[in-house]
Amino acid sequence: MTDFLSPEEWTAIWLSLKVSSVATLVSLPFGIAIALILARGRFYGRTLLDGFVHLPLVMPPVVTGYLLLLAFGRKGPLGAFFEHTFGLVFAFRWTGAALACGVMGFPLMVRAIRLSIENIDRRLEQAASTLGAGRLLVFLTVTLPLTLPGILAGVVLSFARALGEFGATITFVSNIPGQTQTVPSAIYALIQTPDGDAAALRLTVISIAISLAALVLSEFLARRVTKGAEA
Amino acid sequence: MTLSIRIRKQLGQFALDIALETGPGVTALFGRSGSGKTSLVNLIAGLAKPDQGRIVLDGRTLVDTDRSIFIPAGKRRIGYVFQEGRLFPHLSVRSNLLYGRWLTPRARRWGSLDEVVELLGIGALMARMPRDLSGGEKQRVAIGRALLASPDCLLMDEPLAALDRERKAEILPFIERLRDAKRLPIVYVSHSVEEVARLADTVALIEGGRVAALGPVGDVFAQLDAIGDWEAGAVLEATVLAQDPEAGVTRLDHPAGSLVVPYIEAPVGKRLRIRIRARDVTLAVGEPGRLSVRNRLRARIVAIGEGRAHDVGVRLDVGGEPMLARVTREAARDLELAPGLPVIALVKAVALDGI
Repeated sequence: MTDFLSPEEWTAIWLSLKVSSVATLVSLPFGIAIALILARGRFYGRTLLDGFVHLPLVMPPVVTGYLLLLAFGRKGPLGAFFEHTFGLVFAFRWTGAALACGVMGFPLMVRAIRLSIENIDRRLEQAASTLGAGRLLVFLTVTLPLTLPGILAGVVLSFARALGEFGATITFVSNIPGQTQTVPSAIYALIQTPDGDAAALRLTVISIAISLAALVLSEFLARRVTKGAEA
Repeated sequence: MTLSIRIRKQLGQFALDIALETGPGVTALFGRSGSGKTSLVNLIAGLAKPDQGRIVLDGRTLVDTDRSIFIPAGKRRIGYVFQEGRLFPHLSVRSNLLYGRWLTPRARRWGSLDEVVELLGIGALMARMPRDLSGGEKQRVAIGRALLASPDCLLMDEPLAALDRERKAEILPFIERLRDAKRLPIVYVSHSVEEVARLADTVALIEGGRVAALGPVGDVFAQLDAIGDWEAGAVLEATVLAQDPEAGVTRLDHPAGSLVVPYIEAPVGKRLRIRIRARDVTLAVGEPGRLSVRNRLRARIVAIGEGRAHDVGVRLDVGGEPMLARVTREAARDLELAPGLPVIALVKAVALDGI
């Protein structure tokens, strides 16, 4: 099995999975919070926030990547802040690739979770409060569990988006093997080399397999959602 | 327990302006849909805030706009049974039942899971999910869930409205048992005369966001005639004398005579309320001959009301309880009906099926 792929190719796949997982898991709490604010909040500037969250979905990925470079590069305001405060460097590191993937997948994640929250029957939350639950407990015991299908769908969507992310990543953190070279970047690099065709094809097959698996999983979860909603 | 309400709330074009004092037992909020019953119950539960006024339950101020007091729903210890049950779809019946109990401090709990499950007959449902329950089962679980939070008072908002006749008949005895065994104060919202007649001790008639009448169930229902186009009628209290499930009838004892009604699930000796609509009552002067009518009550005319164009309402006294009959003007003239005249009130047994 290991003969099928070269060590460099394995590294790219492993890195892709790591970057995508970290991107998805770290953005999840923010995704839930923003979705909750957009679904339930009634405040001035909600539409503006909604538009801002959706920007990565409509802007060219290269633009997103460049903006990230400006903000999170070692000399960028946010990049300097993170390096000083947490010792966390994004520029040309896998952490930067994760950040780019997280940002690109964020609108998809928020959309799925928000839809799920909007579908919750708020009368169930009222029922919980008459049974003695305060606001936090109502959220933890009723709102969150009922949002779970949407959260799972959002996670799958964001993870799939992260696996395929190329433009923003390569603009922000370049294409360094073993550090920032994810599967799409590796395929791109292989196509540029004279004998890279076979390796590129192998990685392409792997990509398709992972994408299909994610699709099947999200279909399965979507079915669970509709089933749960029938209650 | 006393519940004292004096609140005002504007809901769009609709103004709710309620002043109400009520004692222990079942208090029915009775009125048409849209009269403001549910809005009032939501205010009591703490799911809505009044524009102005206060609500005091047993000396505990739940809301007082003058003193800026508002106790949130979660701290009111008021159980709420909703029309549509509102069971948590992601929790099993058992978890639904225990949800409120888990949030109640040990020292304040009363009743046990076993006791409530037994009372409501839901032992077989514990492992099921709410989507696998019938409407009647859902509603019983919802009642159990509210009870297990050990509330000081129970609100029931049309708990039977979404159910068919048979499911209603299945749940009514449980609510009666609750009233009799638990001594729990209940505020019961309904637009069904039959339910209110059977369950309530006190009735508040709600019309257009205001209390139009308040008092014991018999009195308020006798007044309905004067108030408007309600199906007028009276409520009699009788004791189960004998059961004959094969013939499909229940025999009831009343001071003015015995009554035969379609079968009601209840033990012999139990006191029941039955409602008799004014238009189902026939009056006879002197002993009637052989008739198919089973129920003959000795009555005395108290007053003859105005009624509508072609008929009059006759107020009767049957064994000390008020009762209403509606007869045509012509019949009243022919029989020379007048206050003080002894009559026999005849009611077909099949007219008493509304329970």
